[in-house]
Amino acid sequence: MEFTRKNRQLLSRIATNDRHGENSPYFDGWKAYDSNPFHPIHNPDGVIQMGLAENPLCFDLIEKWIRENPDASICTAEGLDKFKDIAIYQDYHGLREFREAVAKLMGRVGGNRVTFDPNRIVMSGGATGANETAIFCLADPGDAFLVPSPYYAGFARDLRWRTGVEIVPVHCKSSNNFRITRAALEEAYEKAQRSNINIKGVIITNPSNPLGTVLDKETLRSLVSFVTDKKIHLVSDEIYAATVFSSPRFISVAEVMQDMDCNRDLIHIIYSLSKDMGFPGFRVGIVYSFNDDVTNCARKMSSFGLVSSQTQFLLASMLSDDEFVGNFLRESSKRLAKRRHVFTKGLEEVGISTIKSNAGLFFWMDMRPLLKEQTTKAETELWRVIINKVKLNVSPGSSFHCSEPGWFRVCFANMDDKTVEVALDRIREFVLQGKEENNHEADKSQGRAQRWRKQNLRLSFSSSRLYDESLMSPHMISPHSPIPHSPLVRART
Amino acid sequence: GSVIPCALFYFLQLYLKRHRSPKPQSNPPSPTTSSPKLAEMTRTSSRSNLFSRSIGQVRISSRAISIAKPNESPYYIGLDKASEDPYDRLSNPDGVIQLGLSENRLCFDLIEKWMSENLGHSITGRDNGELNINGIATYQPFDGTMELKLAMAGFMSHIMGGAVTFEPSQMVLTAGATPAIETLCFCLADQGNAFLVPTPYYPGFDRDVKFRTGVELIPVHCRSTDNFALSITALDQAFNQTRKHGTKIRGILLSNPANPVGNLLSREMLYAILDFAREKNIHVISDEIFAGSMYGNEEFVSMAEVLDSEGFDKNRVHIVYGLSKDLSLPGFRVGVIYSFNENVLAAARKLTRFSSVSAPTQRLLVSMLSDARFIEEYIKTNKRRLQNMHALFVAGLKGLNIRCADSSAGLYCWADMSKLISSYSEKGELELWDKLLNVGKINVTPGSACHCIELGWFRCCFTTLAEEDIPVVLERIRKAVENTTDLLNSS
Repeated sequence: MEFTRKNRQLLSRIATNDRHGENSPYFDGWKAYDSNPFHPIHNPDGVIQMGLAENPLCFDLIEKWIRENPDASICTAEGLDKFKDIAIYQDYHGLREFREAVAKLMGRVGGNRVTFDPNRIVMSGGATGANETAIFCLADPGDAFLVPSPYYAGFARDLRWRTGVEIVPVHCKSSNNFRITRAALEEAYEKAQRSNINIKGVIITNPSNPLGTVLDKETLRSLVSFVTDKKIHLVSDEIYAATVFSSPRFISVAEVMQDMDCNRDLIHIIYSLSKDMGFPGFRVGIVYSFNDDVTNCARKMSSFGLVSSQTQFLLASMLSDDEFVGNFLRESSKRLAKRRHVFTKGLEEVGISTIKSNAGLFFWMDMRPLLKEQTTKAETELWRVIINKVKLNVSPGSSFHCSEPGWFRVCFANMDDKTVEVALDRIREFVLQGKEENNHEADKSQGRAQRWRKQNLRLSFSSSRLYDESLMSPHMISPHSPIPHSPLVRART
Repeated sequence: GSVIPCALFYFLQLYLKRHRSPKPQSNPPSPTTSSPKLAEMTRTSSRSNLFSRSIGQVRISSRAISIAKPNESPYYIGLDKASEDPYDRLSNPDGVIQLGLSENRLCFDLIEKWMSENLGHSITGRDNGELNINGIATYQPFDGTMELKLAMAGFMSHIMGGAVTFEPSQMVLTAGATPAIETLCFCLADQGNAFLVPTPYYPGFDRDVKFRTGVELIPVHCRSTDNFALSITALDQAFNQTRKHGTKIRGILLSNPANPVGNLLSREMLYAILDFAREKNIHVISDEIFAGSMYGNEEFVSMAEVLDSEGFDKNRVHIVYGLSKDLSLPGFRVGVIYSFNENVLAAARKLTRFSSVSAPTQRLLVSMLSDARFIEEYIKTNKRRLQNMHALFVAGLKGLNIRCADSSAGLYCWADMSKLISSYSEKGELELWDKLLNVGKINVTPGSACHCIELGWFRCCFTTLAEEDIPVVLERIRKAVENTTDLLNSS
């Protein structure tokens, strides 16, 4: 077929390059999980999903609220009178009640130390869309952003793919708990300048993904003064703000700005309901900028990712129910804390340490002692073993661009308690087995290790087809609840 | 002997590169937050300089600078004005009547009735009490659930008269047709490339295609003499001229049924376009979002239907659809990219990460779209009411000696008000638009906003009106153009 040969040339560079970053091992793990998903009864030897930062721990609370508030949904008998107005509403400003409710939530999550202006709330297609929109507004193709590492693997796509903007990592080290230091920022900035790379700003995630830690006031102030000095932007991705489950408390960059001499036009916040509320399916991303031009521009771009008005309406109702929100946040913290503790203890028992964290839906696990050598290659080898032998989908530090090999991000919120037990058992068994081996003769352990390596450890799936299938169908993601096989609601007639 | 000239040449190139003036960028019309007076509209370039100076030392992207400006397109100014002071027969009879937004309010009662009869008490579950938010709150496939794709495929087929079947696996669902168009542009063209687009065209294309992709739109002018039909000669001319200027054409962007004219592309025309595309090795994007808004007797033929029947190369054809017009649900943000090209689909699927359909909405629609009997009734009733409204409105305009282009579909009519403009110029047209908006208090879209090569044409959407509103609209037009002799001569 004549066309197919010419076909690839007929597509754009964006469609054919791999700046979407989905060829990274971060996404490789999905495939392993997808082809063999764990189920306590049907597939007890399957791969346990610990690479997806999802938070279904409090779904029961949400379900209860929805059941008790039928008029919040315009598609029920109670809410139908509003249907017409909502269904037709496509104004990119967004429903006023929705923006007010989101602004209130953001304030609440920051301990009510800041008030957020509903008029600065701009919608986008999930946090993914929000991050991308921010970059579209702040930088031109070829510009770059400093990003402290380790950082979220999806940034490669969200910040770079269609925007043409580059990422310059600012490497943070375990020796000081991966703190972002002024010195490291300065160094990265200078180096970039020398290579003629135009740095337009810094992106931070606070609380951090993958570390699960919150930034302290000093670091935040240092960041704000750094960007003010250099006249570059600061984008603070705060989507995990409400997943803080123990002290220290979350501090938004908005709070720190209040009593600092800084250029407000440089500060922008990204928010979402995917993590805090556990609503990734709703696709609610928020760009909150203190810069009027950026707000205007982002708002116009929101046409490409508006939140469904039906969803806006529902959320406006839910999030303005103060009692519900308060209770939800408290419960969520409690359950996250408990879950985190179970893992911390379980891992301690076998001598695995994790970064001390108080937020996020994951923890940063230190597997450096188990590496044959402190290299990325060894880390990747170990990771393959964990996926294929231990059957846990965890994410290797290299996919987060961590400069030190041996760290792994493990998501702990998206499973039920029984599965947690299974996961811990597997880890324990693996670690103890490893220790046992080290006690044997060198050749014996080498033999077993070799056998491991000889087995089909290579992830042989072609990475270009990674995201093609319905990777994250609801049937696979949370095996803990009896998911109906189809969410189809059949009409009565 | 050769080093010096080479060195000189090199430095000349360097010099030229440094001092090359930036390509003049056409101003993407973007929605405004204020309504500048008519006089300010022509001062575009000086205004942009002022604006960038006022930003101060903080530089945002060049893209953002032009987008953040208050918009000067009458399309958006009018929309704003109408939404600030909306007409209501009872509570605000002097408000602005919105005829500039192609929205269909004619059949909401049917949808409401369906909801109340079918949807129990929750968005998440069925009536039997089984409630599970897991199915909608968690991450879903970013390009839409298979259930919704299936339902959508069935719906699209039905809406287009059953002449073609759509394959769910070739579908990518997006948050509205707006991101569908943008996503396709990102897949099919690089920055600096261009698409050919017949004029007059939907003002939103300027945003969808150009805002963030850096892709250009090259107009292919159509004229009233042949009822704004597209001609291959015109396409060819535009293609060659653009190529001469060094810009690469990557495809043709069509809307069929056409917006704002409302005419259809004939089967023969579709063949001709496909032949042209094959000859030039370019893509065809067919935006068929108004396929279900037919009121005429002509038969709508989808690109998909033509591809099915003939041996055309399907890999270059991509169809855009959405539920904002045919099903009146613009707020829900549901769009479709339908392609036969596996590589485009693969890329588009990854890109839907940025604009996915909200899960609760997906669930609701699966239910609604699968109800064949309801959809059948809806389509029939919608067509009847559209026909009725269209006939009344066009007859009413005729009574004012304003004739409309021949059309068979859409939620609007394309009215020729050239006899009512003071001077045959863009200024004259905008003056009439301004008079209609500020004196007559009706918002219509002037042809210049749609890049029409002829002056005096206006798009008037009639589906936001009730029958009783029509005389009000006509009266207001009369009042606004009272002093024009032609109008007085009509009756």
